[in-house]
Amino acid sequence: MYAYDEIDRTLVNERVAEFRDQVKRRLSGELSEDEFKMLRLQNGVYLQLHAYMYRIAIPYGTLSSDQLRRLAHVARRYDRGYGHFTTRQNIQFNWIKLAELPDAMADLAEVGIQSMQTSGNNMRNVTSDQWAGVAPGEIEDPRIWAELLRQFTTLHPEFSFLPRKFKIAITASDHDRAAIKIHDIGLRLLKNEQGETGFEVLVGGGLGRSPFIAKTIKPFVHGHDILSYVEAILRVYNQYGRRDNIYKARIKILVHELGIEKFAAEVEEEWLQIRDGALKIDDGVVEDIRSRFFYPAYETLPAMPDELKQAAHDPKFEAWRKNSVFAHKVQGHAIVVVSLKPVGGPPGDATADQMDALADIADTYSFGEIRVGHEQNLALPHVRKSDLPKLWKALDAIGLAIPNVNLVSDIIACPGLDYCSLANARSIPIAQEITRRFANHDTANLIGRLHINISGCINACGHHHVGHIGILGVEKNDEEFYQITIGGRADEGAVLGTLIGPAVPYGEVADVVEDIVEAYLALRAHPEELFVDTVKRLGVEPFKERVYATR
Amino acid sequence: MTSPLQQKIKITGPSIITANRTWDGAVIYRTGAKGWSDDLSHAAIVRTADEARALLAEAVADDLGAIGPYIAPVEVAADGAVKPGNMREHIRLTGATIALPAQA
Repeated sequence: MYAYDEIDRTLVNERVAEFRDQVKRRLSGELSEDEFKMLRLQNGVYLQLHAYMYRIAIPYGTLSSDQLRRLAHVARRYDRGYGHFTTRQNIQFNWIKLAELPDAMADLAEVGIQSMQTSGNNMRNVTSDQWAGVAPGEIEDPRIWAELLRQFTTLHPEFSFLPRKFKIAITASDHDRAAIKIHDIGLRLLKNEQGETGFEVLVGGGLGRSPFIAKTIKPFVHGHDILSYVEAILRVYNQYGRRDNIYKARIKILVHELGIEKFAAEVEEEWLQIRDGALKIDDGVVEDIRSRFFYPAYETLPAMPDELKQAAHDPKFEAWRKNSVFAHKVQGHAIVVVSLKPVGGPPGDATADQMDALADIADTYSFGEIRVGHEQNLALPHVRKSDLPKLWKALDAIGLAIPNVNLVSDIIACPGLDYCSLANARSIPIAQEITRRFANHDTANLIGRLHINISGCINACGHHHVGHIGILGVEKNDEEFYQITIGGRADEGAVLGTLIGPAVPYGEVADVVEDIVEAYLALRAHPEELFVDTVKRLGVEPFKERVYATR
Repeated sequence: MTSPLQQKIKITGPSIITANRTWDGAVIYRTGAKGWSDDLSHAAIVRTADEARALLAEAVADDLGAIGPYIAPVEVAADGAVKPGNMREHIRLTGATIALPAQA
């Protein structure tokens, strides 16, 4: 967890008071919707199909148990008893009333949760690896730098009216769990030959209507200079980014049209003018932020405790452990991923009761800390291995010991047409049907790692372009159809998937996915060859033939 | 953003004006009595572009009561029963097509 200082607490409380006044003026008619819209968007308040939607930031995916309990309270008191975790480490409430929003916001502010800049053409929630600070082999905790950037960009006047929204993600591990290559700026923490901390800076990634994988703009920027370098990028974007066409306004279009070399030269020129100015970061600033993060005092524990050896005889426990428990940087401890993808359930949703119970579980087994990942799952970052059997039972009691992390039913899906005013087609029922088709755990295990990502429109909130299997909902003559891509991935080897053929109707999507999976099982070179590797080796043709041979 | 009144209006069948209620965001329909209702059967039905434009203008003028009014197609049965004309409007009227988590 991160403890806000007095400046942040004041900022958050002042924002609540300001928004309360804005809502009051809107409801009295003093503000028109045209005047109010930008104000509500700057606080994460959208209007969706059925109601307002309130998007709340979970910076770098880190939550305390008290914060999770407060989210449960908001779900129960102001919404319909559940929340939806998104692909950008936010949580959304779908049924909130405008008149009650200031109260919900005030309740959240008491525990340091806010929603500033979760919408609008500004710097969005800075995201990071949900295993930050505990992943083995990590360079250092990337959240410190994410927090630095959060402070720098929050209410920054120069970045409050950008040509379009702007997203930064940071990773510090070889394996990229933060999907940095599909962000406007991706930062990969590394050390130079002198052992100094810095970043490989990538720019121009993004999905949506025109998907691009980010390109490296500078292989090493010293940590002391990262703010000035990010500012230089944003200044060039602010100057040249298109404001005349919303579809061409993201930085990815500018980088693509200018070319990375020309864009980099522009940034370099800007940077040289500001790099030695006020934005130079000294170690004291970094250490102050580091000191505000909570790091548990880990005990010295055995790598393989007796409790774990005994529990290994239970096949249900083992099935869960193999897919949910991951290596921790400290011996005797583990990272536990809590899947929010039950068979037949909406991906990424958690009820208020589950949130409350998970907060209690985190207090007992994870030093009161919970993480949120972009795959729409949660994680407990500090679990003693000896506690795993008891933790598993506690999770099972609330329906969250779901042994499908990284398997075919661990689906990323946007809210789609069931909620979203931008959507063309439904996402959630498609995900639910696919999870039912692959409900058999042995079958899912046999298939192995396979990420299905579903978006209900071209805006790609479900990251369909980078799903191993990507599903995009489109509308044709008032009917839902779905385009299928395969071979995409969002990690350090990020690549966009390839379309396999014509869109298929709603009722056939799960059949198509089954066909693709069956083709993979028949075509893979050996059981350890992952789906994406088979597609990479063979291309899409064999899968296309299988899917369309009978259609 | 272009005002809905400045957009070209083209309707191909019976239509209504719908929006979201300002204070809570609920789905509402413009009635023939210069008001709003959350009951589709109370919606005023328009059948020509001129009728739609007039009803839309009236709805847009009520900025305090409703957000984002627009024209949506409906189907009118022989007995006068009104149904949404597409999937989006069906979902807006009847709710998500999935069981909500807390109800599941």
